[in-house]
Amino acid sequence: MPMANFRLWVNQNMGLLLSICIFVLVYGLYTHLHPSGGTAKIFVQNANETFVLIMVAMAQTVPVLTGGLDLSVGAVMTMTNALASVVVNGSPTEVFFGILLCLAVSGFAGFMNGCIIVYGRLQPIIVTLATGAIFIGIALFLRPTPGGKVDGDLSFAATFDLNEIFYTYGWAIPKWFESSIGLIPTPVAVLVLIVLVIWLPFRSSVTGRGCYAVGSAEGAAYMSGLDVNRSRIAAYTLAGLFAGIGGLYLAFQTGSGNADVPQAGAYTLNSIAAVVIGGTSLYGGAGGVIGSIFGAMALRSISFNFRVFDADGPFGFISDPLLQPLFEGTILLIAVSVGAARVFQVKNRLNLFG
Amino acid sequence: MSFAFLQIDKPIKYALGFIVVILIIGTAYTLVTQGTMSFLSPNYLLQQLQVASYLGLVATGMMMVILLGHIDLSVPWTLTTAAMVATAVGGDMAIPAGLLTGLAIGLVNGLGVAFLRVPSMIFTLGVNTVLQGLMVIQTGGFSPQSHSTPIMEFLASDSILGIPMALLVWLAIAALIIFMLNRMPMGRYIFAMGNRESAAYLSGINTRVILIGTFVICSLCASIAGMLLAGYSAKAYQGMGDLYLLPAIAAVVIGGTNILGGKGTFAGTFVGAILIVLLQSVLSVMQMPEAGRQVIYGCVIIGMLLVYGRGDKKES
Repeated sequence: MPMANFRLWVNQNMGLLLSICIFVLVYGLYTHLHPSGGTAKIFVQNANETFVLIMVAMAQTVPVLTGGLDLSVGAVMTMTNALASVVVNGSPTEVFFGILLCLAVSGFAGFMNGCIIVYGRLQPIIVTLATGAIFIGIALFLRPTPGGKVDGDLSFAATFDLNEIFYTYGWAIPKWFESSIGLIPTPVAVLVLIVLVIWLPFRSSVTGRGCYAVGSAEGAAYMSGLDVNRSRIAAYTLAGLFAGIGGLYLAFQTGSGNADVPQAGAYTLNSIAAVVIGGTSLYGGAGGVIGSIFGAMALRSISFNFRVFDADGPFGFISDPLLQPLFEGTILLIAVSVGAARVFQVKNRLNLFG
Repeated sequence: MSFAFLQIDKPIKYALGFIVVILIIGTAYTLVTQGTMSFLSPNYLLQQLQVASYLGLVATGMMMVILLGHIDLSVPWTLTTAAMVATAVGGDMAIPAGLLTGLAIGLVNGLGVAFLRVPSMIFTLGVNTVLQGLMVIQTGGFSPQSHSTPIMEFLASDSILGIPMALLVWLAIAALIIFMLNRMPMGRYIFAMGNRESAAYLSGINTRVILIGTFVICSLCASIAGMLLAGYSAKAYQGMGDLYLLPAIAAVVIGGTNILGGKGTFAGTFVGAILIVLLQSVLSVMQMPEAGRQVIYGCVIIGMLLVYGRGDKKES
């Protein structure tokens, strides 16, 4: 790659690189401090704990790229979680169609958001605020009290490494696979699959590039003959689908469903934070899902660290669980303020106004 | 925009109409089940106005920020922090201490948004988490033991000549806000900046000062609501503000304020807050389960906005 191109690439992906750096530093510290850090067992555990937030952050990214916002991602996640605890059990066929139903419902929820926003000509933030209430209502209707049942085998297979899928279903497993690829945690494999099969093709499609175009200049995108409406509806549909995968995975992880309203709100807010840390502009048009993945991982590994700090060491006070919310908030504020520091280099204040 | 608060515009007309519909449905329900018309009794309505005052105060502050095209997500813990500080300080200094807390939080929000140009949504979200963290440390995660002062309780739940004090507090602050929006330069500046910030800047408006001032007003309103709520329930508790963020935004938007800023009336927010409180109250009297309540709540917001809140048809 020629030097000039490389510089341009670095400049354009500053947010992504920054979030990777934060993640590597914070997770490296955790691995260093943890007595059995760096082992496959801990890695699988961390991957499980992070996957749902990653999916919800990915979900948030796509509408943000179009210059919108989806305040219902946490609610869709919760609704799918509740639905999964009702339909994903029984015979293998029932489980299969249950999963399909969950994905279809979450995608449809996102599609509805998109349609109301585009054809109702309403602001995304307020539409998704309202539909979020509706989805939470449906989740509470499906699962008034925590409980339900999710297929045990599947839940086992989905939350360990790839080998576990073979062990669980009693399939023959090739020797070379068992000691190499098989050690990859299932959520990591699923994530790579989602990025390769859904996100990358979507981003390079006309509709996907349309999302970026709409976010950076809607008028220009319209004048260039892009189907602006289709891009925006697609963005919200994809958001619903990603959030749904997150909810489904949460159901696998807990083996049950829970229409937890505060949790839905927390996931929505954390998804926005992850998107911003991942370098996607809240004004739309720049960034991407990969950044949000690292943003979500950075955000989660910060809270991992609180568990392993030596309570008697020089920084022992950090391990106090009561301090956690304060640190999370402070780190979020510092991250966004550092990202905003370029403001002080701007000579003409007129350029600051979007 | 002058005299805008005297006009009955489309959103207010529809919101008022919907309030009547809610009351009719509620009354029909009580007539059938209990044979009374308790929803139309002055006592019930005054009590609803009192409950609406807490939400209305939060919504009033939120409306200022939304008029600028920004949003303040730190309201829940601003409200809680002010309530906790006020009850912890106690005595004569309780209310000034609470107000000072609101002032300080508003300054931080305003400085972050005005100077760092961080999108208000993410900055106030961070401030909200920091405040939550501070209060968790302060209280150890439990409800603080301290109680609200008599004057807070008087302002929150007493009434003069049958009119709840909380409502009077809200109306007094509303009068100040209406005067500011319609008769003071700052009000004009807020509308101007909400429409086009760069144009406002080029016309010589000190946009940073207006931004900071508006965030301070929002935090002050939230802290007053927090102290009243603490007075109402005799103490401050964790998460007391969490139920006020989304309804406040909904009240502002149902009242016809444009979420992108630049357009809106106080009368709209007033009616919007009363509508939300009445809706919640009637649904709970009808013993609607939480699931149905959430669905109806969401449908009402979308339905009302589809009727009158639609954007212009975009053909360019």
